[in-house]
Amino acid sequence: MRAIVTVIGQDQVGIIASVCNALSEQQVNVLDISQTVLQEFLVMNMLVDMSQCPLPFAALHDALREMGKAKNLDIRIQREDIFDAMHRI
Amino acid sequence: MIHSREILQTIEMIDQQHLDIRTITMGISLLDCIDPDMNRCCEKIYDKIVSSAKDLVKVGQDIEAEFGIPIVNKRISVTPISLVAASTEAEDYTPFAKILDRAAKDVGVNFIGGFSALVHSGFTDSGRRLIASIPRALAETERVCASVNVGTTKAGINMDAVAMMGNCIKQAAERTADSGGAACSKLVVFCNAVEDNPFMAGAFHGIGQPERVIHVGVSGPGVVHVALKAVRGEPFDVVAETIKKTAFRITRMGQLVAQEASRRLGVPFGVVDLSLAPTPAVGDSVARILEEMGLEVCGTHGTTAALALLNDAVKKGGVMASSHVGGLSGAFIPVSEDEGMIAAALAGAITIDKLEAMTCVCSVGLDMIAVPGDTSAETISAIIADEAAIGMVNHKTTAVRIIPAPGRVVGDLVEFGGLLGSAPIMPAHQASSADFIHRGGRIPAPMQSLKN
Repeated sequence: MRAIVTVIGQDQVGIIASVCNALSEQQVNVLDISQTVLQEFLVMNMLVDMSQCPLPFAALHDALREMGKAKNLDIRIQREDIFDAMHRI
Repeated sequence: MIHSREILQTIEMIDQQHLDIRTITMGISLLDCIDPDMNRCCEKIYDKIVSSAKDLVKVGQDIEAEFGIPIVNKRISVTPISLVAASTEAEDYTPFAKILDRAAKDVGVNFIGGFSALVHSGFTDSGRRLIASIPRALAETERVCASVNVGTTKAGINMDAVAMMGNCIKQAAERTADSGGAACSKLVVFCNAVEDNPFMAGAFHGIGQPERVIHVGVSGPGVVHVALKAVRGEPFDVVAETIKKTAFRITRMGQLVAQEASRRLGVPFGVVDLSLAPTPAVGDSVARILEEMGLEVCGTHGTTAALALLNDAVKKGGVMASSHVGGLSGAFIPVSEDEGMIAAALAGAITIDKLEAMTCVCSVGLDMIAVPGDTSAETISAIIADEAAIGMVNHKTTAVRIIPAPGRVVGDLVEFGGLLGSAPIMPAHQASSADFIHRGGRIPAPMQSLKN
């Protein structure tokens, strides 16, 4: 299953590293990544493959949320399908 | 990969524009629960509902987490109880409502619809008993919703039923006087009721439906409103195109969720209902969309035309996005459940007469309207008759959900809380319709019915 991880918040050192670390601990493979910084505000999207992830989706979702809270970032993970449904015919 | 812009647009729709799935509703047939013994019948009903819907809430929550889209309500609709209970000796059907209520609580859904009767051509004994039981049944339960179909384009209008429903609504209000007549918010009187409606309070599981089915109702007035802000001052062609594109996106999401829920629950997918359903939250209002089109306040001249465009564009956009569209599908205009409507009603800009005109061009009807507590049963019946006539002649579903709030007068505000919102008491006409209602009988089916 593929999903999109979105990170939004104040830019700071090591955001990508820490998100990637958390994902790799759960065997989640990063397929693509893009980021922009607008006036110190970071928006990062990652396309990830969750097929090897031992955690249920909701647990990974909660873990990322918690990690985001600690760093004052909004981190969410959503299945890719919802974006495909809304933006691709 | 999906563009960042698209990802952010989706997240913004969900976070700031109140985009959500309004309801996943499981329809469950209770025809196999029919039993001459009332207690045995109730047991079968409870077992069937609980075994069918035990995973509904969990599956809804899982989908919510995985897709990141809120699913506000998980609900159940059942076969009209007047059919299921007909085989019993029971005079009062309240025990059936109580068992539905208990089943709803035990599986964790917030509403269960189907305490219903279809009496458009005339009454069965059971239909009559069900209607007589509605006031007590609604007053003594929390999550049960009732509906009665009093007319169709094919059959005309059963005016005896219309008269009966005026009384029924009055009694339901009086039994729940402490809460402003809240029982009436769970009671809908229909013309041309549909069998696959996922929205409450009017949902029931029609007899043409499968054993079990999953219907999904989407929402998103806020998303349409924001999209229209970007085309301020543009001609109506642009307005219609913008609404269509937005409705397409919203519905695609609904279709995805419906298919996913259907697969996980092992229950066939029924329909996506393309309705724009408002809530009392700021930024989630249908009235504000109409105002965005250039009206100073919803209810002024031009409102009906604006609503006609909105309703049509939502359908055109949505129908391409879903494999099966059904239910009510259109813009809802409930007064108490729409922040902009509440404001318009408080300002005196919107009246029952204007709302009646608006219901000619949208789904569904006079919805969540509070009138003074001393409004007579006959006046309420006459309001129902007007609305049913619009549905009958125009081949569309119309409904009345009206609350004669006991002890309240024009200018008061009745608080129902939650999604039901708060209803300003609106004036009804003072002149009597009593002789009209006391005639009884049936209004014959119109020429529109003779299509064969």
